[in-house]
Amino acid sequence: MTQRVALVTGAMGGIGTAICQELAKAGHKIVAAYHPQFDNKDEWLKEQEAAGFTGFVCVAGDVSSLEDCQRMVAEGEAAAGPIDILINNAGITRDRMFAKMERDQWDAVISTNLTSLFNMTKQVSAKMAERGWGRIVNISSVNGVKGQAGQTNYSAAKAGVIGFTKALAAELAAKGVTVNAITPGYIATKMVMAIKPEILQTIIDGVPMKRLGKPEEMGAACVYLASDLAGFMTGATLNINGGLYYQ
Amino acid sequence: MPRVALVTGGTGGLGEAICLKLAALGYKVVATYTQGNTRVHDWLQTMNNMGYGFKAYPCDVADFDSCKHCVDVVAAEVGPVDVLVNNAGVTRDMTFRKMTKADWDTVIHTNLDSVFNMTKQVLDGMVDRRWGRVVNVSSVNAQKGAFGQTNYSAAKAGMHGFTKALALEVAKSGVTVNTISPGYIGTNMVTAIAQDILDSKILPQIPVGRLGKPEEIAGLVAYLASDEAAFVTGANISINGGQHMV
Repeated sequence: MTQRVALVTGAMGGIGTAICQELAKAGHKIVAAYHPQFDNKDEWLKEQEAAGFTGFVCVAGDVSSLEDCQRMVAEGEAAAGPIDILINNAGITRDRMFAKMERDQWDAVISTNLTSLFNMTKQVSAKMAERGWGRIVNISSVNGVKGQAGQTNYSAAKAGVIGFTKALAAELAAKGVTVNAITPGYIATKMVMAIKPEILQTIIDGVPMKRLGKPEEMGAACVYLASDLAGFMTGATLNINGGLYYQ
Repeated sequence: MPRVALVTGGTGGLGEAICLKLAALGYKVVATYTQGNTRVHDWLQTMNNMGYGFKAYPCDVADFDSCKHCVDVVAAEVGPVDVLVNNAGVTRDMTFRKMTKADWDTVIHTNLDSVFNMTKQVLDGMVDRRWGRVVNVSSVNAQKGAFGQTNYSAAKAGMHGFTKALALEVAKSGVTVNTISPGYIGTNMVTAIAQDILDSKILPQIPVGRLGKPEEIAGLVAYLASDEAAFVTGANISINGGQHMV
């Protein structure tokens, strides 16, 4: 298969790491974008190398900043070549019931989870269209499609991700660039595994498949969407949630 | 006591129709308009001549403090808001390639952040009084995605994510939160499109074969605001002449 360059945001989180690994296994060069305040790059790289993944290029920045995104893509392209595959995976939560939610909790989630898509995609989509090939995968959430109490901000941002996905898919459909979204359900990342066991069990009981998703299952979906064979799929939303919610 | 309905962007094409319908049903209607809108005085005059005693207040829905101030004044002069219709919106259409960050931000702030800003001012009161209606006016282009509207599709789709989350939070409090997604409606904005474009490009997409009427949107808002609609919450109701069936 053709080796492509894939940039993954939030690369050092639970799902991001699996996406990097699966894309690397599929033969792609990886640019791992991370937030220097939250991620320990050296430790992460060591873990990746121990697991047999070498040659990851790391770029640091805040996806809610247009300038940071410009710089991260420039650094990534200088080191690895033009970005063919963009995985917009970085995201945060600031959970709070609406009655208690502050404007800065709203803003942080909208800018990091939604405006980040503008910021990152802007750096790569026109060049993908010029080259006649590109893949953009936006990681939304089951809570963007079904709504979640305590997450008006997150549900709004992640639902917005799907609106953006469909509109951009329409714009780039004739250019060889596809734009799709994935809505993961509960995935066995460190973040989820840190939930109190009894609460976690309630969550798992609510999933028809009676288990959490595996991070590598999200990675596999990205590999598929990034492949040549997925070239006819655009504007789609892949629900990968163990049957928790379907449209 | 008549209920108080606040309609953002209430002097625009859809907003006006919503105000008229709610007033006809006995609501006390308050419209907000963009600061600096010079047509408001004439609009109020026209509405008054038609027998509608609307009140109108300036409000920048993208600005939290402006919303707070506006709703405070409404509460003092008219009463607490029972029905909030988040209708104000803008477009900055452009292909993503040409779109600037400012075009993105304007649309996200005015069409999505506004829903936070306005709802925040009225929700506690609705919950305390055990009755409230929030109606968010989205768009068919949020459901299907539209070429040249990455910003608008993102903001309007985000609106329904908000609707569903908030609907869950207040479901037991007598407050419903719903989204409506109009298709092409015969407002001035749409009827300003050249007739041949309407005939050749837009109408063929609409199985019903015509534009929607603003009064039809108003009718749906009135239904959602009614007591009979108490069991409808977290819904996204398409009203588009069959253009896009979800």
